[in-house]
Amino acid sequence: MNEKYTRAVKELLYKMADDLLILGHRNSEWTGIGPMLEEDISFSSMAQDKIGQSLALYQLLNNLGEAEPDTVAFTRNQQQFHNCQLVEYPIGEYDFSLMRHFLFDNAELLRYDLMMDSSYEPLAKLARKFKGELKYHKFHGDTFVMQLGKGTAESKRRMQDSLNFCWNLALGIFEESPYESTLVDEGIWKGEAYLKLRWLEAVEPILAEAGLTIPDSSTWKPVYGGRTGKHTENLQPLLEEMTEVFRVDPGAEW
Amino acid sequence: MVDEKQIWKALEEVMDPEIPTISMVDLGIITHVQVNQADNTATVTLIPTFSGCPALRVMEDMVREKVLSIGIKEVKVSTNFDTAWTTDRITEKGRKALLQHGLAPPPEHTGGLIELSVLSDVACPYCQSKNTRLTTPFGPTLCRSMHYCDNCLQAFEQFKPVG
Repeated sequence: MNEKYTRAVKELLYKMADDLLILGHRNSEWTGIGPMLEEDISFSSMAQDKIGQSLALYQLLNNLGEAEPDTVAFTRNQQQFHNCQLVEYPIGEYDFSLMRHFLFDNAELLRYDLMMDSSYEPLAKLARKFKGELKYHKFHGDTFVMQLGKGTAESKRRMQDSLNFCWNLALGIFEESPYESTLVDEGIWKGEAYLKLRWLEAVEPILAEAGLTIPDSSTWKPVYGGRTGKHTENLQPLLEEMTEVFRVDPGAEW
Repeated sequence: MVDEKQIWKALEEVMDPEIPTISMVDLGIITHVQVNQADNTATVTLIPTFSGCPALRVMEDMVREKVLSIGIKEVKVSTNFDTAWTTDRITEKGRKALLQHGLAPPPEHTGGLIELSVLSDVACPYCQSKNTRLTTPFGPTLCRSMHYCDNCLQAFEQFKPVG
């Protein structure tokens, strides 16, 4: 691997791992307070998957010379996180968390599907594994968006409001990296622009069937910045809570 | 001298910590066993069922302990992602063991999407009726989904298809 290739891979792994760690943490905030027991368990299970997946990605970074996974997860400040802003927002009401999960996990399943034949073999192996898990996240998100979109007037209104709120944030998932052309040319994967097209093809028919309307494309303003460490006021409090126990005794043996 | 066959045999007695009727061999998570007879050491490789499986370290310890107990001097147990675990790796004996624990075994799943039709076509492990429905794709552990049997009016769990 030459230096350019390694740099491009590292940037890619960091943003994917950070998305998973932060959204995993957010999902876990539903543990114990879900609107019904099954949803409490679903969000908790998806949290467990995502945090497990983030660990596997941080481990790849460690193999490429970056710090240990725990150090990377628990000691960076918010400017060093590369997650998109969508994932850092508080869980809010259930409709928001559900819509975020639907939009994010449809992209996520496609992302890892595209990475299954990555020229970076360790990533291809993880992608093959994650895909089997992410299918359940998509199934869950699609099912509930469909049910609530077709539910009562209130459920439909809430889902539409959440879609309107999430849309530009979700477009921010696809913020391009400075190494996009290396990633594509080297066969690491097909890149964010391609993923975004595939994602639109995937979510449009589901939202249409659910009776929900995607905001008019003339109003689309992707929220970028997360990939370069620019975050909302929501990330720092999350990091403080997530690292609270770690900071009490960073050298503790568990 | 302990050989590889004996290690595989011994590992058939190491049970999944969450489903004590199925061995790690029948679950399909052991991918590689190698013995170096010159110095009586071995390496064993595992693959995780789920990336976020919390039982992984415990399983590694259980495997290590078992291999040492049959006379190997030193064993290196490691986990990697070289092979993606799927539920199609569970052996026929393993499927029976799941049923014995009250879990419906997973249907064959060769790579399509997870859809309601995949998860709804399940026979109740208690009365074998197919008059069942999915209640939620996530259960008490990552590998299980939750179902209800409209024939015997029992809630039950399935070891869900992954692949």
